Amino acid sequence: MIRIDKLKIANLPALSFEVGDGECMVIEGPSGSGKTRLARALADLEPAQGHIFVNGAERLETPAPAWRHFVRYLSAEPGWWTDTPREGLPMDPKSEAQVLRLMASLNLEPQLLDKPVSVLSTGERQRLALVRALIDDPPVLVLDEPTSALDQRNTALVEEVLRYQLINGRSVLLISHDRDQVARMADLRLQLAPVDETPDSASKATSPILSDTKTSQLSTPQK
Amino acid sequence: MTYVPLDITDLVVAASLMLINGLVSWAFALKLERTLFINSVRMALQLAMIGFVLKWIFAQTSPVWTAGLATIMILVAGYEIVSRLSRRPKGLSAYLLGSGTLFLVGTLGTGFAVLGIIGPDPWYQPRYVLPILGMVLGNAMTGIALTTSTLFESANRDRTAIEARLSLGANRFSAMGETLRLSLRTGLMPILNAMAASGIVSLPGMMTGQILAGLDPIEATKYQIMIMFLIAGATALGVVIAGYAGVLLITDNRHRLRLDRLHPAKA
Repeated sequence: MIRIDKLKIANLPALSFEVGDGECMVIEGPSGSGKTRLARALADLEPAQGHIFVNGAERLETPAPAWRHFVRYLSAEPGWWTDTPREGLPMDPKSEAQVLRLMASLNLEPQLLDKPVSVLSTGERQRLALVRALIDDPPVLVLDEPTSALDQRNTALVEEVLRYQLINGRSVLLISHDRDQVARMADLRLQLAPVDETPDSASKATSPILSDTKTSQLSTPQK
Repeated sequence: MTYVPLDITDLVVAASLMLINGLVSWAFALKLERTLFINSVRMALQLAMIGFVLKWIFAQTSPVWTAGLATIMILVAGYEIVSRLSRRPKGLSAYLLGSGTLFLVGTLGTGFAVLGIIGPDPWYQPRYVLPILGMVLGNAMTGIALTTSTLFESANRDRTAIEARLSLGANRFSAMGETLRLSLRTGLMPILNAMAASGIVSLPGMMTGQILAGLDPIEATKYQIMIMFLIAGATALGVVIAGYAGVLLITDNRHRLRLDRLHPAKA
């Protein structure tokens, strides 16, 4: 379970919400509305004021590397630092079995592990990054458009893997532009309103007149 | 031991060579006459001035004046490091990083050479301290500038990879491990190359100077070998310190990559 208490990000009003074990919250909003910044702040990759709790542990009281084992952020364009995926993945026997199992469920051939990352397709890299993110069983997953480069079939496979995570009691926060995906996955929805990106947006955001038209609201849980 | 001093007429004869530069500039319409004139006058004046300053400081043999000039050298070299960065950290941190590292390796390196190896009496004689410090600073400066500039450039380029590792729970030093290693290698290259080439491709400046001043070539070589080891050691130390300091500068204690602490790249 992850609980967010008055988290302040950029021009957004302070956010407070909770995603329980086995629940999936979809974060929606147009480009520039702060979805990615929110996701990064949850994993403490970006400074932000406010409290975040995972199963009772508070973000700033937990060492950052340990925190990122609790809240796993997967960026929209995951980076690789090795020549082949294998070198970037934990390869002790237990992890390797899990890697291969996850790869099979995501329609990835085992040979891909030893191909140079640079020749893999965007979709293959995206699914491999999801595999990489799931190996140490993080209790909270924050996924930034994990299916943006995938066709319908592979999208369905990713959603299946995510449902399995939910069944196992993990919390999933999913950024998505895909209405159908939102309908399929969301237990909860967080709608971020557009934020004015003009240079004087900082001053605008503090003005009370605009702040109510640019509110982010939390819709009622629909279960 | 022969040493032929130069007088003013000798310098005037040498200065006449600048006419070649002038002629080139005129013949190809490079419009460099003005720059040529100003820069050659500047060079002559600056060197003459430092000549008098050194002569005066040498005459004092006072640790205070020696330390004063050493401080100025360290500050100028630190400034030079920052000016070579294409992505500069905001605020004064870069100057602190540059001059701070140079202060450390300059003091250690020069102290090691003067106290531990050469051993003049008294040890703080400026004619030993200042030239050795100058050579240490010059080489460490190049290494540090290359290391930090590579570090900031590649951290920016490999941002997604570094953040992917941070997201998976790596601490800032292991997440930036590859980047740091590349930067250290780059920073150490010039001095390693200089060691390989010296004596065959190039005759190092200090050795040439000592030979011109009438010193036996074997003695000059011994000095040069000692200096090469000294600057290689000092550069390695400086590069490592600056590399780690650079990582600390663009990350924070929550192990985040903080590229917002750098100015955007210069055009």
